Amino acid sequence: MQGSAGKDVITTLIVAAVLVWALPLMVETYTLTVLAIYAMLGLSLGLIWGFGGILCFGQAAFFGLGAYTYAIAAINTGESTLPMILAVMVPGVFAALLGAMMFYGRLGDVYLGVITLVVTLILFKFINSTAGPQYTIGNARLGGYNGIPGFPTLNVPGRTDLSIWGDGLYYFCAAALLLVYLGVTWLLRSPFGRVAVGIRENETRMSLIGYDVRIRKTVMFAAGAAIAGLAGALFANWGAIVTPGLFSLSQSAEIIIWCIVGGLGTRFGPLLGAAGLGYLKFLLGQQSMINNTMLMGLILVLFVLFLPRGVVPAAMSVWRASVGRPRRVGRAGAVRRNRRKDRVDG
Amino acid sequence: MDLAIVIVIEMLYAVASLALISVGLAVVFGMMKVINLAHGEFMMMGGYATIVAVNLGINVFVAMLIIAPLVVGLIGLVVERLVIRHLYGRLVDTMLATWGLSLFFIGLATIIFGNTTTGISTPISGLAIGNYQINGYNLFIVVVSVLLMIGLYLVLGRTRLGLIARGTMQRPDMASGLGYSPERIYMATFFCGSALSGLAGAILAPLVGLVPTSGGAYIAKAFITVIAGGPSLIAGLVSSASVFGVIDRIFTFAMSPVIGEVALLIAAVVLLRLLPQGITARFFRGRM
Repeated sequence: MQGSAGKDVITTLIVAAVLVWALPLMVETYTLTVLAIYAMLGLSLGLIWGFGGILCFGQAAFFGLGAYTYAIAAINTGESTLPMILAVMVPGVFAALLGAMMFYGRLGDVYLGVITLVVTLILFKFINSTAGPQYTIGNARLGGYNGIPGFPTLNVPGRTDLSIWGDGLYYFCAAALLLVYLGVTWLLRSPFGRVAVGIRENETRMSLIGYDVRIRKTVMFAAGAAIAGLAGALFANWGAIVTPGLFSLSQSAEIIIWCIVGGLGTRFGPLLGAAGLGYLKFLLGQQSMINNTMLMGLILVLFVLFLPRGVVPAAMSVWRASVGRPRRVGRAGAVRRNRRKDRVDG
Repeated sequence: MDLAIVIVIEMLYAVASLALISVGLAVVFGMMKVINLAHGEFMMMGGYATIVAVNLGINVFVAMLIIAPLVVGLIGLVVERLVIRHLYGRLVDTMLATWGLSLFFIGLATIIFGNTTTGISTPISGLAIGNYQINGYNLFIVVVSVLLMIGLYLVLGRTRLGLIARGTMQRPDMASGLGYSPERIYMATFFCGSALSGLAGAILAPLVGLVPTSGGAYIAKAFITVIAGGPSLIAGLVSSASVFGVIDRIFTFAMSPVIGEVALLIAAVVLLRLLPQGITARFFRGRM
């Protein structure tokens, strides 16, 4: 077990290094930066939905909250280290409180969806209406519909004269994504992660075994929100402006589409879905024939109908079926595979 | 005194419009346990159908009360055949698929009508109460909502069709054993739900400037009104619309329209936390 974990980390590092080095040869780093941020955002929902079984319709709320926290704190402090930390903490704490309220009330799936959706909408409406000069936090004006421009962007800690931008920001985002990915891997391999998957599969059974489902779900939810907050702070750096559009329902819908298309219950799926669809959106933005929103909607409908598992799990099962015995699958895997084959044959 | 009358009318209007925008969703969710997140876009299309029909020279009331529900009902029928019927019993999947549909319709409307605001003028002029001028059209909305609720109650509770529909929703296997096709009844129910959404959108169209993304303004309100209402269709709808409508107006009068909306949403979150099964799971239990 320990050995395979080490091997996994090394494989991830090598693949990531190759990708980080090779992709700028094909695509501009400016685009790649935002794709890495989207991938992180996709991973945040992939973690809580795919492994925690918590369907959050408002992941954009935490993304936007992270971005706004960063912008407001950066204007007030004039540097970027503390704002980055706050941008992770604030959404995390907010989600912990919200999650505690929902999970200790034992709300079902649909109600969870409603509440997260409504909270996103509250934030959107509130931020949208803060155009007046009376809405300020410290030196930062919230700016309503126009958002907050012109805050200090990322700099080397302690050196406000050395800012990180352009290619530097790309490598920073890629490194952050890699760290988050490894962190999620570690979390899922830990007992906490195993129990979380157990809760996803059968909540009643896990609580009867004696695990406190409520606190575990709350922590999971907060972890996902913290990752989304980090993505939001990086997005604020990339765009150099934050607007209420970050909180919008279409942003939440997009994150869900990434996860569905990429594949739930995998770590790589949401990552791939986010980066792939993000790039598609970027390409579509350069022409006006096909409407972007329409295409995204169509993709979501078609995937729910025809490939609800997503691309990565489907590709993995095709791979296993065609190549035969896959690498590093123990007896259990082989038995399960055979059983499935029997069912198809019989 | 005049002010009191105006405030009462405003409250009635808030409750009635909430009930109106939620009724299509309530029928589809209450009867079929399908949450149609494209509900707001159905309303948006009802609005566009009205505007197009009026521009073609059709009487505005005919356009609102007949053409828009029919058009949207037919669109709903197509959606049910192509998408929804494959997903019965999978609540989360239907939510996701209809969310996709909502994005699809927004895109489609943007292609057809462009991303600009269109609208028609209200067909009923204002009237004066003492020193205050109120919008006569608001009264029209109150009347339509009340008639709609009564009509729905009569159809579901007093006619044979309503009985068959309710029976099928409770035990599809039994209904099918008695010779009714559940498939067809689901189809018809979805048609009615969509038509009601279209009607609501059409009636509200003269009050708002219509853009392809207008639906987003309705969906959350409709969604929480229906969910907070709970299992009883009509009693739930009326009770939760009353609670939210009154809260919305109180905060709107006391502070501002934005605070009113935010208060409504916060009230919804609190209400769902306290009564997670909806209002009618505890009160008015067993009514329709």
